[in-house]
Order: sequence, then C-alpha cells, then structure tokens
Amino acid sequence: MFQHYFELIDGVEIYPVFSLIVFVTFFVIVSVWSLKADKSYLKEMEMLPLDDEK
Amino acid sequence: MELEKFSYDNKIVRNFAVATVVWGIVGMLVGLIVASQLFAPVMNLSNQYTTFGRIRPLHTNAVIFAFVGNAIFMGIYYSLQRLCKARMFSDALSKLHFWGWQTIILLAAVTLPLGITTSKEYAELEWPIDILIALVWVIFAINMFGTIVKRREKHMYVAIWFYIATVITVAVLHIVNSIELPVNLLKSYPVYAGVQDALVQWWYGHNAVAFFLTTPFLGLMYYFLPKAANRPIYSYRLSIIHFWSLIFIYIWAGPHHLLYTSLPDWAQSLGTVFSIMLIAPSWGGMINGLLTLRGAWDKVREMPVLKFMVVAVTAYGMATFEGPMLSLKNVNAIAHFTDWIVAHVHVGALGWNGFLTFGILYWLIPRLYKTDLYSNKMANFHFWIGTLGIVFYAASMYWAGITQSLMWKQFTPEGLLQYPNFLETVIKIIPLYMIRAFGGVLYFIGVIVMTYNLYKTAKQGKLVANEDAEAPPMILNSPEKIKTKHRLIESRPGQFALIAAVLVIIGGAVEIIPTLLIKSNIPTISSVKPYTPLELQGRDIYIREGCNNCHSQMIRPFRSETERYGEYSKAGEFVYDHPFLWGSKRTGPDLQREGKKYPNLWHFYHMENPRNISPGSIMPAYDWLITQDLDISTTEGKVNVMRKLGVPYPEGYEKISNEELLKQADEISKDLAKNDIRVNNNKEIIALIAYLQRLGTDIKVDNIGVK
Repeated sequence: MFQHYFELIDGVEIYPVFSLIVFVTFFVIVSVWSLKADKSYLKEMEMLPLDDEK
Repeated sequence: MELEKFSYDNKIVRNFAVATVVWGIVGMLVGLIVASQLFAPVMNLSNQYTTFGRIRPLHTNAVIFAFVGNAIFMGIYYSLQRLCKARMFSDALSKLHFWGWQTIILLAAVTLPLGITTSKEYAELEWPIDILIALVWVIFAINMFGTIVKRREKHMYVAIWFYIATVITVAVLHIVNSIELPVNLLKSYPVYAGVQDALVQWWYGHNAVAFFLTTPFLGLMYYFLPKAANRPIYSYRLSIIHFWSLIFIYIWAGPHHLLYTSLPDWAQSLGTVFSIMLIAPSWGGMINGLLTLRGAWDKVREMPVLKFMVVAVTAYGMATFEGPMLSLKNVNAIAHFTDWIVAHVHVGALGWNGFLTFGILYWLIPRLYKTDLYSNKMANFHFWIGTLGIVFYAASMYWAGITQSLMWKQFTPEGLLQYPNFLETVIKIIPLYMIRAFGGVLYFIGVIVMTYNLYKTAKQGKLVANEDAEAPPMILNSPEKIKTKHRLIESRPGQFALIAAVLVIIGGAVEIIPTLLIKSNIPTISSVKPYTPLELQGRDIYIREGCNNCHSQMIRPFRSETERYGEYSKAGEFVYDHPFLWGSKRTGPDLQREGKKYPNLWHFYHMENPRNISPGSIMPAYDWLITQDLDISTTEGKVNVMRKLGVPYPEGYEKISNEELLKQADEISKDLAKNDIRVNNNKEIIALIAYLQRLGTDIKVDNIGVK
C-alpha cells in the first residue's frame, strides 16, 4: 500500500535486519547468563524482599 | 558489624495510597458516565463540558495517570526503601513529587473538560502541563536514583530494575511525543504531521502501555507477591530473562498499532513478529508469579490479597497473549476500530492494574497502620463483585466488537453492503453497551466497599509515619568475588541505568529513524492544499470537542471500507495535518471522505441535534456551536505556527488570513440562509462545517479535474 514511501529511504532494510539481529543476540546472551548464574547468588536474590522485616 | 539506625518514610506511601483510592473513584466514576453516554445520550448532560468527546480523555487520563500512576508511586516508595534498606533520598523531593503529580492531575481534570487538548491519545494535555510532567518526573527520578545510590543493600532486586526502566523510558517517550510549537498558552501544534505524527504517537501510545502500565506493575508484582505469600519468587532466573527481553522488545513493537493504516509492510511485519515474541517473556512473568504460589494455594483461599494478585497476574497473561494476537493482520482487520480493543485494554486495566493495586492496598494499609484489615469478608466481597464486573465488561465488549465488525464487512449476494447505514451497526450493540456499564457498576461498587474497609482499617490503627529500621552499611569493596557479569551490572545502578537507557534508545531509534526519514519520502499530492484559515479553525473545534474519540479519518484498503466510505486514505493527503486525526475507535462512521457528501444544511441540523437527522443516533448534540462566537484572534498565530512547521502558506498570508476566513464564512452563512437558517458568519458552527466539507475532497476526481 504505502511501502514504497519507506522503500524510497536509502538502505531502509537495515533497520529491521539490524533490530532482529540485535534482539536475537541479546536474548541468547541473557539466557546464557541467567542459566550460568550461580545458585547461591540466585537464592540470595530471591530472599531479598523477604528478609527486610525485623 | 555496626548497625545503622534509620527509618522508612511511611507517610509518603500513605499519601500516595490515599491519592490512588480517591483518583480511582473519580476516574472510574467518569468511566461510568462515558459508558452510559453510549446508550443514553442524555447523559452528556446537555453542556459542552461533559460530552463524551471531552470526558472520555478525562476517564483515560484519570485512570492511567491518576489511579495507576499514584499506585505505582505508592508501591515504589514502599518497596524501594525496603529493598534498598534506606529512607527515600529526600523527604522534600518526595513531597514535591506527590504534590506536583496531584497538581498535574488537577490541571488535567480542569483543562480536558474545557476542551483544551492536543487530541493525541494518552498525551492530550497541553504544552505547559507537559513541561510540568517532565519536571515532576525528573524530581521522581532524582529521588529514586538518590535512594538507590545511598542504599545499604549491595544487590538490586529485580523489582528495582523494572522501576529504573520505567523512569528512563517514560521520560524519553513523553519528551519525544510532546515536541510541539505553542500558538498560545493553551494551544499548540505538534511538529510532526500526518503519517509521521501517527507513527510517533503510537510509538508513544504503545510504549506508554508497556512502561507505565506494565513494567512498574511487574516490579510491584515481583515485590508484593512474594511478600504477601511469604515465599520467594519461583525463579529468579526467569525474572532476569523476563526483564531484559521485555524492555528490549516492547519498545520495538510499536508499528502494530497502525496495521492496515498507512504503514509499510516491513514495519507491520516487524511489529507482528516482535509482538508474538513478546508472548514468551510475558508468559514467563505470569508463570513466575503463579508458580510462586505453588504449594500455597490454601493461602490463596484464605487471603483476599492473594486472590486479587492471582487474578491480576492471570489477567496480565491473558492481555499479553491477546496483544500479539491482535497484531496479526487478519485478526487486526476485524478488531481494529471496534470495541474488541476496548475489551482488551480493560482486561489489562481492570484485571491487571486494578486488581494488583487492590491487592497491594489490602496488604499495605494494615501494615502502615500497624493493625489488621478491618473486614476480610468485605475484601472477599470486593474480590467477587470486582471479578464479576470484569467478566460482564469484557464479555459484552468482545461480543459488541466482533458483532459490529462482522456487520461492517457483511455483503449481500449481489455484492452490496448488507448494512449500508452505519447507525444500524451501532443500534445493534446498544444492549451490549448497557451490559458493559452494568459490569462497570459492579466493579465500582467493589471499589467503594474497599474504600470503606480501608478507611475503617486506618481508623482502628495508628499511622506509623516513620518506621524504624536498622541495617549494616553497604561495604563498597566487598572481598567477595563478583562471579557473574550480571551481578556486576546490577550492583552498579549508574551503569545499569545507562545500559537500560541505551537499549531503550537503540530500540526506539530503530523504530523512529525510518519514521523521521519518511517525511521527505512521502510524495506530495499536488492537489492537496493547506487548510484555509476557516477550516483550520474548524479543525481545532473538531479537536476541542474530541470528535476523534469516536470518528476515524482513515479508510483502510478493504472493499468493505471503500464501499462504505469511498477511496481509501493516501499518505500524501495528511501532509498538513498537525496533528493527525486518524482516531483509534469507530463509535461513529469514518469521516475521511465526509466533505461534500451532504449539504451544509445537513451538517447544521445534525450538529444541532443528531437525532433529528438520524433517529437512534448516540452522538451528543452540539447546539452551543451555533451560539458561540468563533475566536478569530488566534488565526494569525495559527497560520504563523503552521508555516514554521512547514505548511506552505505564502509570506504575509497571516495578515489577510482573517479576511479570507470571513469571506469563506460568509459563503457558508449565505448558503444556509438560502434554506432559511439564519446564522451569523462568526459562529463556531460555520468553521466546523467548513472543515467537515473539506475533509478528503482534495483528491476527489472533480476537484483535480480528471475525467
């Protein structure tokens, strides 16, 4: 319908391609991080909201 | 280790809680009024300040920024202090933040009924208030980051990440979408026009939902749900993935709000793909919340707080599943412009935001007042009547949306529209509008009961304004080795905020750069001319009355639409539209090709009382337009500002603009006089008619002389 207006922009394809690559990369990195995160640390973080009461 | 003594500021939390409840009641009450206006036009109360077009934005603003906004601040001020083991950075800033925010809300409550609006959904407030919002937001940000910096807890719990992302992103969104050029104190035009303005607006609109209604509430969920259930969150790992993927892709999924309007395919596909990917982290969040309660469902049965939270998290899951579905082209083709969308947002607002807020209030108030909840029974009653209200609301609106959409698209075997009269499709769903209002009443009753219950709770206890606490100071150079990179980040709020900001900005930029470039790439249609001064003034009346709340100006390239409304919309037709007025809901028919469809006379009678022309119409009467004088003192300024924004009015045109205006007004006034309607050329109705008659005519064949 109006895609040719966007197509007139020089090198417009780069944006969706760029965003897709960045997102996928980022998602993989975050997943690997969280899977490798060490258990005691996670435990500590999980308990954070609960041990503030005196 | 030496323990430091300090106290938590509970009073500010209490104040935000009171504001949450008070504005919640106001916002929902206005919601009930607008809901009833859709089946009983008399509820427009026969005056210009309470018509649907003006108070529907009041409802949305009150609920989003006043009710939900104050709830966010309430929850953040409570949880942030405790998670940081520190009092808020500055009591003075806390107070400034509180009173500044309430002032903004008050200004909104005054200006919107007065018709002072930019017409941009969820960003209707005019430029002086926009500036105030930015200032108060900065105060909030300083207060929050200050607290984080002086915290005694080394690690930042996941809730705080959500808060940080919220603060940064909302600031970016608000500023980019509010760039406007003032005509005077109460009127401005956005620098963007047409397609570009629409893209920026819905980049904002979508992300406002993400970063005002979703991320802060997820932060609250990650704090208050474990607190209320007294057990840790199911998976901290999942929360990391949830957070990062959510903020990263949410900001990129904007284009889907404009599917099938003048957007290129790739942007549509991009939005669709990202929206579908959003299901994963969103459901991750929901599952994380629900599984936190594993083995504790007996508690859910006993504690109203948990009941509210379970329904809230479930509603979040449903709404975030539905959102991506709505971005599919074929689903969107049916749902867009209908009550389906209204149902969708209310599952989010009533279920997710509302119920989580109620759950937090029931948990929080007894703690602030060191007492027990006055009545568990009442809270249970609130839960059930509220849930029932949501069911009535959502079911009726889904039904109405789908019914109407199918009627719009229904052709006879001969290939003609089965329901050529738009009104027929409205009258059909009026009973459903009544059921919706009934659902709203149920929900509202629940809120009133809650208010009483919380009041009694506060009454029987005593506010602990400053709650004593103690904690060891944070040791900066901990000998403990930092083992994961993520720990490295989240123990350093500055860097963390920076990364979050960079991500949001990259995401936003990827979406917005093509948008900014598109302006020079939209071919101007030579027959599309700037509005005449009279039409410009008429357009501003259209904006003032909020006509765009019910009428779209965007004909999609479907046969059912071109058959009903005429030639589909072209991007080049909107190049002088500051702001765009595409609308997002068709409670009335599209007006893009309204120009020259009916004589001036028709419009006059129709505005005077729509039911004289179309029996059964639910549009309010606009009879004051006939008696009120048009303010032409602004014409020159408006032409000037428009020229600065790139609308090609010739140099010096502003000087003769009022002359031109009166000339055109005279013609309309004379035309009406021919039909025995005596109306002076200086009345507002004349300007509005001029605008309506211009709509979509630029590219009509007889206008460009093509045979």
